[in-house]
Amino acid sequence: MSRAQEFHTGDMPQPDIVILTHKLSRDYDMGSEVVRALRGVDLQIRRNEYVAVMGPSGSGKSTLMNLIGCLDTPTAGEYWLNGQQVSELADDDLARIRNKEIGFVFQTFNLLPRASALHNVELPLIYAGMASRARHDQAVSALTRVGLGDRMEHKPNELSGGQRQRVAIARALVNNPSILLADEPTGNLDSTTGQEIMGVFAELHRQGQTIVMVTHEADIAAHAARVVTLRDGLIATDQQKAA
Amino acid sequence: MHALEAIRLAFRQLVAQKLKSGFALIGVFIGVTFLIGSWSIVNGMNTYMTEKFAGTLVGVNTFHLRRAPNVNFDVDDSTWRAWRRRPRIRFTDAEAVAAGLTIPVITAWYSEDRGAVEYNGRMAKDITLEGTTERYFDIMNLKIDQGRPFSAQESKAGATVVVLGHDLAEKLFTGTSPINRIVRIHGISYRVIGVVERQGNLLGISLDKFVVAPALSPIQREVNPPGVVDALIVKTNSPAEMREGMDQTEAMMRSRRHLRPRQEDNFAMMTSEGVLDFWNKLSRILYAVGPGLVLIALVVGGIVIMNIMLMAVAERTREIGIRKSLGARRRDILRQFLAESVTIAVVGAAFGIGAGVFLSVLLNVATPLPATVSPASILLGVLLGGGVGVVAGVYPASRAARLDPIVALRQE
Repeated sequence: MSRAQEFHTGDMPQPDIVILTHKLSRDYDMGSEVVRALRGVDLQIRRNEYVAVMGPSGSGKSTLMNLIGCLDTPTAGEYWLNGQQVSELADDDLARIRNKEIGFVFQTFNLLPRASALHNVELPLIYAGMASRARHDQAVSALTRVGLGDRMEHKPNELSGGQRQRVAIARALVNNPSILLADEPTGNLDSTTGQEIMGVFAELHRQGQTIVMVTHEADIAAHAARVVTLRDGLIATDQQKAA
Repeated sequence: MHALEAIRLAFRQLVAQKLKSGFALIGVFIGVTFLIGSWSIVNGMNTYMTEKFAGTLVGVNTFHLRRAPNVNFDVDDSTWRAWRRRPRIRFTDAEAVAAGLTIPVITAWYSEDRGAVEYNGRMAKDITLEGTTERYFDIMNLKIDQGRPFSAQESKAGATVVVLGHDLAEKLFTGTSPINRIVRIHGISYRVIGVVERQGNLLGISLDKFVVAPALSPIQREVNPPGVVDALIVKTNSPAEMREGMDQTEAMMRSRRHLRPRQEDNFAMMTSEGVLDFWNKLSRILYAVGPGLVLIALVVGGIVIMNIMLMAVAERTREIGIRKSLGARRRDILRQFLAESVTIAVVGAAFGIGAGVFLSVLLNVATPLPATVSPASILLGVLLGGGVGVVAGVYPASRAARLDPIVALRQE
């Protein structure tokens, strides 16, 4: 595949580019010193790409993840998501973007412990302001899609790790987001279950879902079609797997 | 997130953490219980005082012409001595005033003292001996249980007949009919012609230990010096006519006593309003102290709720992070925690209203106090509860809303 087009400030991204960062940097002011977690990352991700972001700890992959997930705002540079520049948006607008455009899958699942699987999956729809009937139906179909149609009333502690991560995936997908953002999705799972989850991801990718996954495990990253490696806040390598 | 959604979530949280929520709402509960309870007690006291106390002692639309007020509180010694030096109300005064009033009235003479009543060797002591005229029973609304009251003729003639109070009749005659029996008061024989219906008691004092005889009968010697009455009781038809009657009475008495324009009245006219002065003073204190106590309980309740909510925010930081990552805006989180604290407070208030109503019903059944719960106090209870919830919840909720999602998600 050809490399993405050169991007300059003032340009608009190409229509099929879901994620575009331009000279994206993030500094943390630690009082005595400024930690430069990202030092100008240029990254473009097309629709329906499956990208793994790798790198040793401290390389800035978590920071990049937070910025792409609109949980954080950059110190400098641009971030375009789906043709919209989000690096300038205010808090509530970012919340709306997280709600509509991004589906998170976390290492620790991050389900609400006292709520049923169904209620957990309904949460993004609640914040989207959807009526209760419609959101129930949509949550049910999302859970069915990840194979948990018969576990909907279970609480997280009544589910296995793999099932919990499936609930989290259903929750991430329920709003039909532009990107599925996974942070070490197999980190808390045994390797068999991890492979299972990777199977779910592969299936979603086949169905057209754009996936960005942060991991430090090479064999997990191998499931992705493209592997981006970060080092010291910059992209070190960006390899496209031969189809 | 809709407000309804937030309230449903808040209830779920409340039920999930029953013990903690129980502690959280106890302050508001106590405050509102006290509010409803004390309000209903003061209400009941009001009814009791205006209808029963004042009505029993003086009567509605009725005034008593006396030498000096007989129901009074905090009167100093010199006033008291001055009152004692005033001339007494005489038969002639009572007759002249009753005859001179131009408004429709019914009047009665009234004198009383304490004494003993004897029947067949049995002695009832500390009985109120009353010398009156025949309309006294109507004016004081005394219903006759057995027999009859004395007539105008008997009254005028000073017949030696008596009407007994219920307790006195019970005590002397224990079950047998007292009608036409002869009782003795200070050695003089009187024929019993009637018994008055039970009156109950007033602040614990029995209202049924009395004997009524015609004012001109020999009982006169027991209660007052010759030709003197304690009071002329004048009952009118309306408050306006009562004022008119009092003005006329004052004018007549001043002229009879040859008082100069600048001289003070040397007689008194008692109305139920006068009696109620005392109660009004007391209730003013209650109205000042009551809200203070309610306020203290609510402030404490608010502080407790605020603490519990701050704890909840700290404990559920991760939950807040999760919700934010899923698209909850600041105002969603704010609303969620605000709804929770308001729900706690309102549930506390609701329990408080229940307890207050229960207390009031209990008082109603167990005591003579007609305690009534006022709807306004219930409304105020709910509003105060909600208000405490909002005030106590604003700070914790805004702290929750301002949390950085990344920091919140990292929390264990």
